[in-house]
Amino acid sequence: MFRNQYDTDVTTWSPAGRLFQVEYAMEAVKQGSAAIGLRSKTHVVLACVNKASSELSSHQKKIFKVDDHIGVAIAGLTADGRVLSRYMRNECINYSFTYESPLPVGRLVVQLADKAQVCTQRSWKRPYGVGLLVVGLDELGAHLYYNCPSGNYFEYQAFAIGSRSQAAKTYLERRFENFTDSSREDLIKDALISVRETLQGEKLKSSICTVAVVGIGEAFHILDQETVQQLIDAFEIVGEDEPPVPEVGDAEADQGEAAAPAAEEGAAPMDI
Amino acid sequence: MEQKPFSRGLLSSEADSQRTLYPYVTGTSVVALKYKDGILMAADMGGSYGSTLRYKTVERMKSIGKHSLLGASGELSDFQEILRYLDELILYDNMWDDGNSLGPKEVHSYLTRVMYNRRNKFNPLWNSLVLGGVKNGQKYLGMVSMIGVNFEDDHVATGFGNHLARPILREEWHENLSFEDGVKLLEKCMRVLLYRDRSAVNKLQIAKITDEGVTVSQPYSLKTFWGFSAFSNPTAGAEGSW
Repeated sequence: MFRNQYDTDVTTWSPAGRLFQVEYAMEAVKQGSAAIGLRSKTHVVLACVNKASSELSSHQKKIFKVDDHIGVAIAGLTADGRVLSRYMRNECINYSFTYESPLPVGRLVVQLADKAQVCTQRSWKRPYGVGLLVVGLDELGAHLYYNCPSGNYFEYQAFAIGSRSQAAKTYLERRFENFTDSSREDLIKDALISVRETLQGEKLKSSICTVAVVGIGEAFHILDQETVQQLIDAFEIVGEDEPPVPEVGDAEADQGEAAAPAAEEGAAPMDI
Repeated sequence: MEQKPFSRGLLSSEADSQRTLYPYVTGTSVVALKYKDGILMAADMGGSYGSTLRYKTVERMKSIGKHSLLGASGELSDFQEILRYLDELILYDNMWDDGNSLGPKEVHSYLTRVMYNRRNKFNPLWNSLVLGGVKNGQKYLGMVSMIGVNFEDDHVATGFGNHLARPILREEWHENLSFEDGVKLLEKCMRVLLYRDRSAVNKLQIAKITDEGVTVSQPYSLKTFWGFSAFSNPTAGAEGSW
């Protein structure tokens, strides 16, 4: 993307019908470190790369518990992500207080998307520079959603955002059809392998990644470092090779829910 | 007619004249119990204006959404206000158009919040509410009072029902009552209320809620027995009286 005369204000349309400020906000998401989510019928797993800026500092927190049944992983401007997590926690707790019942994740995601949309239509605001992978439960089961700075949201079987997420997406695209019936352990393993793909050669250690799980009968929680290291060791001992993809007919689905939005010339990303 | 702005003094605002101070048209007891397939609720159709039994066809039980049934005693206009609040609540719930819906537990919690908030503003909704329902096989029966006291139980009653019907239910209620037994038990309670509660009328409805939905019966009357020997010659013990 190049600078042009329509990209100063979020409230200025370009002649091609694009809002460049919103698209730039989505670029910010691509610069953040990777976050990956995948779901089965009963569980959802979040995994992300957590690199500290120097050896002296602590790691950036990228996964937040929003409620017992909802969690979120962020990529992009983490400060924006923190603010949105606080909003989500507030909404959940208010709903719980009024109705003594957990807020269905599908409804929270819509509220979040509407909040992001407001920032694309006010001249005195700017879009949130963070992409959110929201995982949670509602009456119908486990869900994974991606919330975009544009105010769009999508439901996914599996998705990855942030830098070098394409490598993870390629891995997930090959295997997502099996995820619905996956066990909890297989799901976590697939998440860790996806994280390893984004590291591109660097050794996968529990000190640089965070994993969180939520499921039916299992509250959202972040796995501790020891457990994660044990899981990494378990599948790395078996072999560095990716487990063979089971034959499920055409592994390539044209309407693959894990497919990345097409980055064609001229098509505005938020339209997809 | 001029309105003198400080005619009521500086201590009470004009808004005070809008607060509920006493109930005017009231409904009497509601009785409800859990049975094998769901909830049974009974209420008579009377609306009293003080001690006058003024209105005799008032529906004091209404279905809420797909899963719940609300019965109310107390000020009937406040009950109608509550139905409007719940109408809006259910409408917005349906407008989400996702697979989620508010069940009886959620409606009960919401009503508790509404009643308690109104009580805090010294402008209560003068009702005792009974909220029953079934969702995904789970039965729920709860009560909220006008000051926001709320609880769940296997059988509940409002007003006089608390004093006259609950003892019967405590003795005779058990888990997995059949529909017929449940109705018989409710009718027993309603008959006692009819004999002893001055504001009861002999025209009642029984409502049933199960996983399949809500049905409210047509109004009917209970058979009563007045053939006691003491009634045939009531002045036998006091000649000249009537």
